[in-house]
Amino acid sequence: MTNIFIKSASEPEPTNWKRYFSFSTDHKVIGVQYLVTAFIFFLFGGLFAMIVRAELLTPQLDVVDRSLYNGLFTMHGTIMIFLWIFPANVGLANYLIPLMIGAKETAFPVLNAIAFWLIPVVGILLLFSFFLPSGTAQAGWWSYPPVSIQNPSGHLINGEFLWLLAVTISGISSIMGGVNLVTTIFRMRSPGMTFLRMPVYVWTTFSAQLLQLFCLPALTGAAIMLLFDLSFGTDFFSPFKQGDPVIYQHLFWFYSHPAVYVMALPAFGVFSEVIPAFARKPLFGYKTVAISSLLISVISTLVWVHHMFASATPNWMRILFMATSMLVAVPTGIKVFAWTATIWRGKLHFQTPMLFALGGVAMFLFAGISGVMLASVPFDIHVNNTYFIVGHFHYVVFNTVTMALYAGIYFWFPKITGRMYSEGWGKLHFWLTFIGANLNFFPMHPLGLQGMVRRISSYDPQYTGWNVVASLGAFLLGMSTLPFIANIVSSWLRGRKALNNPWNATGLEWTTSSPPPIENFEEIPIVTSEPYGYGESHRLAADSSSI
Amino acid sequence: MESPIDSRNSPPNKLNSTPKRDNLAFGFPVFLLSESIIFVSFFVTYALLRWKNPTWFPPGVSGLDIPRAAINTVILVASSGVIYFAERALDRHQLIKFRRLWLLTAALGVIFLIGQVLEWRNMPFGLDAGLAGATFYLLTGFHGMHVFTGVVLLLYMYKRSLVPGNYDAGHQGVSAVSLFWHFVDLIWIILFLLLYIW
Ligand code: HEM
Ligand SMILES: [Cu+2]
Repeated sequence: MTNIFIKSASEPEPTNWKRYFSFSTDHKVIGVQYLVTAFIFFLFGGLFAMIVRAELLTPQLDVVDRSLYNGLFTMHGTIMIFLWIFPANVGLANYLIPLMIGAKETAFPVLNAIAFWLIPVVGILLLFSFFLPSGTAQAGWWSYPPVSIQNPSGHLINGEFLWLLAVTISGISSIMGGVNLVTTIFRMRSPGMTFLRMPVYVWTTFSAQLLQLFCLPALTGAAIMLLFDLSFGTDFFSPFKQGDPVIYQHLFWFYSHPAVYVMALPAFGVFSEVIPAFARKPLFGYKTVAISSLLISVISTLVWVHHMFASATPNWMRILFMATSMLVAVPTGIKVFAWTATIWRGKLHFQTPMLFALGGVAMFLFAGISGVMLASVPFDIHVNNTYFIVGHFHYVVFNTVTMALYAGIYFWFPKITGRMYSEGWGKLHFWLTFIGANLNFFPMHPLGLQGMVRRISSYDPQYTGWNVVASLGAFLLGMSTLPFIANIVSSWLRGRKALNNPWNATGLEWTTSSPPPIENFEEIPIVTSEPYGYGESHRLAADSSSI
Repeated sequence: MESPIDSRNSPPNKLNSTPKRDNLAFGFPVFLLSESIIFVSFFVTYALLRWKNPTWFPPGVSGLDIPRAAINTVILVASSGVIYFAERALDRHQLIKFRRLWLLTAALGVIFLIGQVLEWRNMPFGLDAGLAGATFYLLTGFHGMHVFTGVVLLLYMYKRSLVPGNYDAGHQGVSAVSLFWHFVDLIWIILFLLLYIW
């Protein structure tokens, strides 16, 4: 690809690595800080998963003891959600949103920086809990009472206590970040950047952050009450006295169902940027895809009870929430359809970001199918708390969202660092990840259907076969991070210099230098048309494709 | 003039036409909306638990001290009125009047807090006395924390009003604090109805 935008001479000194360790208010620095920190925690979460999978390689208990096992899967889930996917998404958004809407910074830079610095605090609290006499929290990432409000160690500072503290702080950080991003998108757009000219990634981030703002405080409230139950002998959720553990479940899932979309919506956004760029075609049905993001947010606040079909939920409620759950398939289906239609008859280029995006979309289809299956009450009750659930959500959180994060990191790597990554390493990374992930997570579906319960450390020997496959897949997946790390580190240090717009993509972020100068743009970008103007007849195509 | 934090991050704005302080006018209500969901989660929990448990208070206790709480309610609602007039005074550039009313608001907030401390000290039951104890202390305590924060913010804004010419270019900080105060007041009214009257 040739490009006339050769790197401008007036670039900032990008090699000053020290600023990444400072309390910087530059959204680009904060974005990279988030991404790197999240990835480090991802390695911890992955390590814990490897140990769990090593334990599950054989039917007997032979690697760790039971309470450590419980701690490991609890920390794995908690870290993956609160310290990998959320912060990594927020990091990418922090980096990209101002560039994509033509702003020179975010709305509340100091707030934004504080929000970031709370993340390492959360991580330290969680990891530190391994060294407590009580060990870490063991009640799983959902921390259901009454299991979570037992405190056999008798210490006030125990693993569950630190867990609740960590989740609360992570919530505060997310709210701060959410206020910043929503305000930025609402108020800092450059002239001409109307809502219906925002890239889909901006739309999905906006929708996801609204969910954070509206739903997350319910979890914070629940965590506070749980903390009281655990530490001060109150009985909000204790079934042994007057309390009611099911109320905790409602509050928890009122947040944690939408949380799935807080994780997935940005992934959809990444797909919507990467696929048109590598298919050289405008995104099919831009407006519908954009607005369906908000629709997903609204509907996903109305479906939380599908996680509680087995919690003695009355039938009328089950049926109501079964219906709303199936409804989410509509706006998500619109998106999948639009990506497929964009690929259709496109001129496809299979660079690493595109591979991750296509792989992610394909896996998301699979996850969507098992998701609709789970939304139907009888089936859900059958596989409730089995490995089928674990398989399903890993197809979402790993095979879709983590793949999308990789796609995004490769796609914007030249913009962020001013250098190209190595395509060979990138492709190796993709294939290891793709094969490893499917080997790891597919077997969980048949295991669940056969009745293997989740969160157990030893199992009936009849389940051995698929478990061995899953564990080998997990180790492959663990290995897949090595070419990624090697690629990122060596390319950042010595990679070929990147052009301003190496992919010939259309977003505003590609009109500035790589990496962008301190205030992003040399002069005010003025927006005059919809995004995704790929191909010469793009205006025509864009017009006819907006349903 | 802006707060030091704002001005450090606002070099002459050539790119985005919206001045930074207007971001506060948008972002702060968004934050309050979000914050209110924590209270909603407490209220919902309270309502469900109370609805399911006919025997609510510990033995020997028939209810809470309504007259005392009613006085406190009147004080807080009054302070919401006072702060409204304070802001109006500032709009009309009556700085002295603004400061007086502003301090009066803070004083009413402090009286409210004293009332709450006295009520806590005279309570016939503690935090671990069943659901009545747990919900009472959690809800009033969490709200009290907000009143306290409000008082601190009020005093901080008062201090800033002593800087000459501070509010010449607008007073988003003052508006935000007064919005917060109304919010805290509204939450209390709901809380009063739920905890004391129901
Ligand atoms: C590195 C690849 C990964 C592997 C090998 C892996 C493996 C596992 C395993 C074996 C479990 C335990 C299942 C059980 O006993 O119930 C688990 C649970 C879980 N995983 Fe992963 N996982 C991976 C990535 C992720 C990612 C990216 C997320 C992102 C959100 C995630 C979220 C969770 C959650 C929430 C749980 C439930 C934890 C709990 O039951 O408390 N995992 N995973
Ligand atoms: Cu759900």
